[in-house]
Amino acid sequence: MSKQSLLRAENVNKSFGAVVAANNININIDKGEKVSLIGSNGAGKTTFMNMVTGYLKPDTGHIYLKNEEITQLDPRIITQKGISRSFQIPQIFEPMTAWENLLIALGTSQKKHSYFKNARSKENGDFIDEILNRFALNEFAYRQVSELPGGVRKLLDIAMALVRKPDILLLDEPTSGVGAEEKYPLMDTIAKALSGQGLTVIFVEHDMDIVQNYSDRIIAFYQGAVIADGNGNTVLNDSNVKKYVTGKTEVKAN
Amino acid sequence: MSEKLYNNLLFQSIFLMSFLILVGLLIPNWLVFVITKAIAYGLVGLGIITLMRGGLVSFGQGFVFGIGGYTAGLLGTQAGLTDAMLLLFVSFLFTGLVGLIIAPLLARYRDIFFAMLSLAFSMVLYGILIKIDAIGGSDGFVLPESTYFGIKPSSEYADYILYVVAIIMTGFISILLRYYYDSTPGLIALAVRENELRVEYLGSSAFNVAVLNFTIAAGLGGMGGALNGIALGHIDPEFTYWTTSGEFVFISILAGYLSVPAVFLAALLLELVRSFSGRYFPDTWQLILGLFLILSIIFIPSGIGSFFKQFFDRLKKSK
Repeated sequence: MSKQSLLRAENVNKSFGAVVAANNININIDKGEKVSLIGSNGAGKTTFMNMVTGYLKPDTGHIYLKNEEITQLDPRIITQKGISRSFQIPQIFEPMTAWENLLIALGTSQKKHSYFKNARSKENGDFIDEILNRFALNEFAYRQVSELPGGVRKLLDIAMALVRKPDILLLDEPTSGVGAEEKYPLMDTIAKALSGQGLTVIFVEHDMDIVQNYSDRIIAFYQGAVIADGNGNTVLNDSNVKKYVTGKTEVKAN
Repeated sequence: MSEKLYNNLLFQSIFLMSFLILVGLLIPNWLVFVITKAIAYGLVGLGIITLMRGGLVSFGQGFVFGIGGYTAGLLGTQAGLTDAMLLLFVSFLFTGLVGLIIAPLLARYRDIFFAMLSLAFSMVLYGILIKIDAIGGSDGFVLPESTYFGIKPSSEYADYILYVVAIIMTGFISILLRYYYDSTPGLIALAVRENELRVEYLGSSAFNVAVLNFTIAAGLGGMGGALNGIALGHIDPEFTYWTTSGEFVFISILAGYLSVPAVFLAALLLELVRSFSGRYFPDTWQLILGLFLILSIIFIPSGIGSFFKQFFDRLKKSK
């Protein structure tokens, strides 16, 4: 365990009937790391993410955030302790505007609430405008989110998770459902928005080019187990990763 | 300065309350009584729309309506407390407390399960009340005449004074609710309605929102029950019956959850339909009410409140 250890999973196991979704997972993630989780569908990436965020409870094993056990805590408490997430299908409040979505995210992050003070205060508005600016969402601020394009919805979903200023941000397939030409601009916007905050980012991704370009560590899953863990070059050239994840014989690293 | 005052919620509300108090002097006494009853029902409806904002509908608000009514009645007959304002306030607090006690159980359920569980509470209370002869059984009992700061008004003005008290107390409660709806917790309740999972993942508790909203709804329902009991001068188990709860749901659907004044307008429409159809089409008022509800759902699915909201949104844009 390193001094900077932020998230630690120890001997984590999870099964759904005969299907093993997590097989003795041991992962340590340090502060500031940008980690991508790769693996084919059903490999256990999302199960791991769901256990870290409290949606699923491991059958055995322990998960620690800043050396405090969070294994059995509810998603709400884990969020309050510093882990926020976005979703593969953006979980946003459809009939509201992007601005209102962020206002609610901001409201949930505030420790003290006044029941008689208008939430649409100038102070809150300035904060939201800054977030919108950071994610290049200004032009969509007052549009109902059900009308927004897929990439913008993804950005809004991530922006909402970021409002709380978490220690760890989990992104579940941030580029899924986005056109090929939009992927890099989307990831650039996300990377720019997250830069300079010392934030630890863990993201699930299927596009290996994205994985190589936007993470400094890759963890590969296969049948619920971690089969490789290290920098891009090491992991993507691992024989098991080539065989079970990428299906490639050679990968050119950055 | 004048524009700022014009846009001020408190100023608008006081202006509206003053207007209604003056109107009360000009309209016949039977209409004053009908409006007072509409305010009583509107208070309960306001509780339901508070729940609706968080994605819940109660089919059993007769439960709190009855508790409020019986609280006022028993305080009057057993403790000699006859001050209408005090009775309304105590009923609000006591029923809110009862709501707070049962809310953690109800808040574990959603959709039809929440609705039916709330209905079950009201039916249990109905069953108990009709069996207790000491408080009149199925006949209920008569409330003592109300006083105001120790003064008993003459029968000629009693209805009007109660109408004024109802308008003032309800007016200020409506203002507080409007502030609550626009506050951060009020907005979080709207978010719970849309996506409970996301609210939890943003770090807020949908359960707590449901508990808070049910407690508010209970307090409002209790106050409505007390007002209705005082206005009628009588309380009986019908207050808690499921058809009474149905009328509150009717008001809430007709009003929608977008506007506070719309709830009272919807309650007034219900009372007027009930009064006129009871007079001109006896025994068929449920038929008329049903048709009225069908037309409302078809033509104004978001309720009367959507007209109010559109109007105010347009007004804001034009500025």
